[in-house]
Amino acid sequence: MARIVAEDISVDFPLYHGSARSLKKTVFAVAAGRLGEDGQRRTVVQALRNISFKLRSGDRLGLIGTNGAGKTTLLRTLAGIYEPVGGRVMVDGSLNALLDTQLGMNPDLTGRENILLRGLYSGLNAAQIRRLEEDVQDFAELGEFMELPVRLYSSGMVIRLGFALATAVNPQVLLMDEWFMAGDIRFVAKAMGRMENVVRGAEILVLSSHQNQAVRDWCTRVIWLDHGRVRADGPASEVLDEYLSGTA
Amino acid sequence: MDQGIDQAIPMLPSARMDISADVTQAGRMHQAWRDVADGVALWRLGFTLGWLDIKLRYRGSLLGPFWLTISTAVWIGSMGTLYSVLFHMDLHGYLPFLALSLVLWTALGGLVGDACNTFLQSEATIRSMRMPFFVHALRVVVRTVIALAHNIPVIVVVFLLFGVKPGFTALWTIPGLLLWTIDGFAACLALGALCARFRDIPPIVGSVMQIAFFITPIMWQPQQLGAHGWWLALNPFDVWLEVVRQPLLGIVPSLQTWEAALGFSLAFCALTWLLFVRVRGRLAFWM
Repeated sequence: MARIVAEDISVDFPLYHGSARSLKKTVFAVAAGRLGEDGQRRTVVQALRNISFKLRSGDRLGLIGTNGAGKTTLLRTLAGIYEPVGGRVMVDGSLNALLDTQLGMNPDLTGRENILLRGLYSGLNAAQIRRLEEDVQDFAELGEFMELPVRLYSSGMVIRLGFALATAVNPQVLLMDEWFMAGDIRFVAKAMGRMENVVRGAEILVLSSHQNQAVRDWCTRVIWLDHGRVRADGPASEVLDEYLSGTA
Repeated sequence: MDQGIDQAIPMLPSARMDISADVTQAGRMHQAWRDVADGVALWRLGFTLGWLDIKLRYRGSLLGPFWLTISTAVWIGSMGTLYSVLFHMDLHGYLPFLALSLVLWTALGGLVGDACNTFLQSEATIRSMRMPFFVHALRVVVRTVIALAHNIPVIVVVFLLFGVKPGFTALWTIPGLLLWTIDGFAACLALGALCARFRDIPPIVGSVMQIAFFITPIMWQPQQLGAHGWWLALNPFDVWLEVVRQPLLGIVPSLQTWEAALGFSLAFCALTWLLFVRVRGRLAFWM
């Protein structure tokens, strides 16, 4: 049984702009005996504030809100990349986070090498990694480009590779940013089928999107984020209608 | 359900994640320990990353990483000749010492320099997936070991030319290298984190290592200091170097040398551990 529990989570981003980041300033601050004060007065961006929700198997959560509302930060927090400064995140079940097209790929390595790294990261054995390679190569239609560094790929090829890799393993919990909607039309049609397989295979889906139709189609519940706080939380169609009437 | 589909789409192994902001020091220690243990479990990933780094650095070059071997050989050959002419040193006693010292220092100094970029180098990965931070340390250490291995032929050739036969005493070098590996992981975690937070640290580390190169017996031999040599025991780089270098020159390191090496390592690892426990959860924000 997969499960996500977010209890009152808050995330702050420290701003180390310009010289605030330097050792010099810290040393002088210590010398002047005001480090403690500095720690309190450090400029932070309050990215998320007091977010709570529970998801169980079968739940499909959509995150909506304007740019900078905290959707991606919340996904990263659920993925365990950012650790909250307040509250608690619990995730039971294998997790796959599709956050950006690059998926942490190294652009200097070839497609094949990036697939190998991804397979090792997911804990696959040699036979599974071979199958992963074939599967991704087929789907992404990379052909000879498999042996070339990813930085030589067209942006469409990078998206195809990232998408193929991301959807080649079946997680129990799927966290997804909206990037997967990008790409050329022919690819989107082909991708939909594969995406749906993975989404259906996952027990819990959390989708962050600007594309309200996708959220309406796939999600059963929607959380509307506004300036890092929950503005509304409820059945997908209700919250979406409220959001649309509010922003229109 | 369907066997065919299961085979085509591997299921990720089940996992459990519990991150609470409200944890005790013991809880943070546990999380840091989990990071190291999970990182060790992902050793195949760390090894592959380190190996691909070396491969990438020499991609498209004919000799590949053997350029390391050649440049070390040329360096040692020219230095040895120059010094023997300048200072009328006896090459038989000096060149094997110099070759070994330079190769070992290249690894040690190189590791310290590389350690600064342990996390900065993997910024994209750290921001896109949760991965034990220890994997990045493993990557840097593996990379250093591969580079060191490419310099071994130079030492072998010099030893053969000058008839240095360390015999079974050389086995003492194994515990020394083991200590280096552990300290290497610690250096990656500590310097990697400090350099991610304070971007002024890498140049500081660079100049410290340059000074260390001159005050550590690498280009010169400890006995040249004579009675002034007592302070060498205070130089951690010297004792770290000696536990690996002496056995290869046929000398069993003294108990005092080992005690100093273990003492420095213990202090360094303990400080690193405290730092890592404290900053592990903040590292992603510093990228």
